[in-house]
Amino acid sequence: MLKKIFPNKILSLTKETINILVYIFVIIIFVGLIYSLFLSPPDYVQGDSVRIMYVHVPSSFIALGSFALIGIASFFSLIFKIKFMPLIAKSLAPIGLIFCLISIVTGSLWGKPTWGTWWAWDARLTSMLVLFFFYVAYILTWKVIKVYEKANKVSSILGIIGTLNLPVIRYSVDWWNTLHQPSSITLTSAPTIHYTMLIPLVIMLIGMLFYSLVIFLMRYKIEVIKFKLSKKKFQNK
Amino acid sequence: MLRKKVKKRIFLLLFSFTIVISIIFIILKSLEKNVVYFLSPSEIYNDENVPFNKKIRVGGLVKINSVTKSQSTINFTITDLKKEIIVSFTGLVPNLFSEGKGVVVEGKLKDKKYFIADKILAKHDENYMPPEVKKALEKSNN
Repeated sequence: MLKKIFPNKILSLTKETINILVYIFVIIIFVGLIYSLFLSPPDYVQGDSVRIMYVHVPSSFIALGSFALIGIASFFSLIFKIKFMPLIAKSLAPIGLIFCLISIVTGSLWGKPTWGTWWAWDARLTSMLVLFFFYVAYILTWKVIKVYEKANKVSSILGIIGTLNLPVIRYSVDWWNTLHQPSSITLTSAPTIHYTMLIPLVIMLIGMLFYSLVIFLMRYKIEVIKFKLSKKKFQNK
Repeated sequence: MLRKKVKKRIFLLLFSFTIVISIIFIILKSLEKNVVYFLSPSEIYNDENVPFNKKIRVGGLVKINSVTKSQSTINFTITDLKKEIIVSFTGLVPNLFSEGKGVVVEGKLKDKKYFIADKILAKHDENYMPPEVKKALEKSNN
């Protein structure tokens, strides 16, 4: 699977493989939605608005995760000049942007009935907004700067600087007083979320990861083709 | 192993990385008062120059059996289990506002023990569970 990431292998990615992945994604999301919207219990204080979490948490996770990958790819692109790294980062950016937006919007929808406000300038919410702007800036550099090498350099630097924001997002709720609650799921201690709610959350996360994978593979293939075409054009001149 | 150029790039990147990290750290440290969304009653108690005519936020738990309502004004005590502040508020409270739960109030301090709020936000904690589990937990605690 991993070997397929390499530029020449990705071109052999067929429609059938994509279709299979789409089927898996649809089935998992369907099961996840049934579980999270109907089978899982309401929360003891939040009631039914807890169900927003089943979209909110996986979205935030993917938004952070894909920027971490963009950071790693940017690092290898900038230091080792590996040609396909920026193509990977470029394909990940729109996925992260959309999930970052979903995370902020669903969080806002949850905040109103729970906290009593749509938005608060606390550290978690603000740093998440900063991540959103990093995604926008990253995508814009590729759109605005026409010279490939230059765009690559600027966007890679942006990608690396942006990753500094990730630990701030993750630990903001521990470092400072925030309106946002601390993490329920951590590596070090048992989750403070009941298993009847944890199961649908994990199913939704897997489903949304599959969705991201499908979009990534499709975009990445296009980026590789575009890159190869532009190189050919250059040689023909 | 590594080529000289690559080594130079790594060094440059690490160098600028540390600088950027230190700059961000210094900025966040100096802005700490703004980054913190609310102060706890203890922090207000210990702070010598706590502002009285400026809008601030105080957060903590609503002390159990402290909520009293008279007409449209609601009075309650915010505690962080060390120090307490009495809060007075006129208006509607959010649905999740209840005794023993987290709360953040926005308004002005009258003195170090008394706070006039003009906005109340309920704070949710990191615990998620169905009502039946909560009941079972309470039963086993009693």
